[in-house]
Amino acid sequence: MNTRRRIKKDHWGYFFIFPFFAVFAVFNLYPILYTLRLSFTDWDGIRDAGWVGAANYIRLLGDRIFWKSVLNTIFITVAAGGLQLVFGLVLAYVLNQKFIKGPHVFKNIFYFPNLVTAVSLGVLFNLLFAWQGGSVNPLLESIGLIGEPVNWMINGSFVRAVLIFIIWFQYFGYYIIIFTAGIKGISGDILEAAAIDGAGSFKTFILIVLPLLKPVITYACVTILIGGMQLFDIPYIIGKGTGAPNGASLTALSYMYNTSFKNYNYGYGAAISYGLFLLTIIFSVLYMRGNMKSEEER
Amino acid sequence: MKKRIKLSHIICYLLLFGLALVCIIPFYNIFMNATHENAEIASGYQLLPGKYLARNYETLVHYVDIWRAFGNSLFIALSSTALSAYFGGLTAYGFAKFHFRFRNGLFWILLATMMLPAQLGLIGYFQLMDRFHLLDSYAALIIPSAANASAVFFIRQFIVSAVPDSLIESARIDGCSEIRIFHKIVFPIIKPAVFTQAIFVFVNSWNNFINPLILIFTPEKLPLPVVIQQLNGTYMRDYGVVYLGVSISVIPIVIFASLFLKRIIGGVTVGAVKG
Repeated sequence: MNTRRRIKKDHWGYFFIFPFFAVFAVFNLYPILYTLRLSFTDWDGIRDAGWVGAANYIRLLGDRIFWKSVLNTIFITVAAGGLQLVFGLVLAYVLNQKFIKGPHVFKNIFYFPNLVTAVSLGVLFNLLFAWQGGSVNPLLESIGLIGEPVNWMINGSFVRAVLIFIIWFQYFGYYIIIFTAGIKGISGDILEAAAIDGAGSFKTFILIVLPLLKPVITYACVTILIGGMQLFDIPYIIGKGTGAPNGASLTALSYMYNTSFKNYNYGYGAAISYGLFLLTIIFSVLYMRGNMKSEEER
Repeated sequence: MKKRIKLSHIICYLLLFGLALVCIIPFYNIFMNATHENAEIASGYQLLPGKYLARNYETLVHYVDIWRAFGNSLFIALSSTALSAYFGGLTAYGFAKFHFRFRNGLFWILLATMMLPAQLGLIGYFQLMDRFHLLDSYAALIIPSAANASAVFFIRQFIVSAVPDSLIESARIDGCSEIRIFHKIVFPIIKPAVFTQAIFVFVNSWNNFINPLILIFTPEKLPLPVVIQQLNGTYMRDYGVVYLGVSISVIPIVIFASLFLKRIIGGVTVGAVKG
């Protein structure tokens, strides 16, 4: 009797999950597949799309701006991501030490920038580093580090450094929280045993905590990679939409946006989207394989 | 030995306080500069509030309808949040408490969609909205929230641990319809999990930039981030005014954070450690 009633009711599950999958199919899956189709056309938003075969992808392979934007994206992601990992791991460990008072207050402060609108952060740092009217120049002048105002934003390397700083600023608190959860999951016995064996905090961190956090670190790396390849808001603001100066701040997604929605070359823009997606998959697979190899060696 | 330990404690605290300052100063700087005029901002670092808040405000509302943009953002974010919360709960309940065929397969598909980059289908989405005549309408920004995979994942875990099967069974015996069971019995229990997810959806929607940039054209309909970006591009010379605009976009987040930060931080870790 009981099982029969159950079986009778179980089809209601479809009813409850149906709206989700209906919206997903129409508003997510269809656009993704349709973008793939458009990537084989020369659609410009006005005329009917003409089939061009793989021409967009062949053009993409030789497109120096595309590869430059990809390199920019990777460079910023790897640098900012590396800093996030280091700060996230070290601070999560430090904040987990017993002698630290009020770890939650620090965590809240460090996490706060993650909630702030990326556009606002971009505008803020644009203003801070402005040649005239910025706050960084007068600050450095007042302590005598520079003699006259520096026009920071015309230097490509400096703009990239600012981008790396902002993205680190935005996310390091997030990774502190992720790694804190990981550290809390490590059994206290192991850490105590290490302390009894005479391992100092630093040694414990390197030899015990880091290896045990490996799954969480892998998760963090994958989220950094996938998120990083989608980098748009802050570089778009700092680079004034064009990747200024000289394409130094142009990310792959900014290039896709400019190609499609400013120059109305949707077909080629779609190919950029998929090219970027393929690269993301390739990097993820390479990372996972490298990860597995290093595990085998151990 | 004892002395050395203390030194390391001092270094740790210096690091923590230094980083806390790095996190606080930029925001302090925005609020202070919003109350100064150009010449003051250009002449040096402003530690204290100035007298030009009212004038900057007048100039700002003369340039752009910032409160309209604020209201637009609020409307979009609240609608998206409501959709995500309701359908997130509904879908999660379906996956948690019914043993239908393909349940595991469909749940795996749902999890896999979380790995898809959000911007992959952007051009196709633009084209689809064009055909639906939904370009330049908020529906284009709001409707996709009904399919929020991470909300489903999070709420489902909560349902599995917090809603006993016997409760649902006894409601069925009392003749309660399946939809009524969800609305009257399950939803009240899962409110905390739904609320945590709602906070995330709200913040994400409030901060979203690229979607409204592409999908909304009418200046009066633009949400706050796009308006702030335009302010930055067009009126960059009026520093105090732009700072004030940025302040208006940051203040709600400050209030939000002070109310819900504990919950947000609790919610962040769930996906990471278990997922």
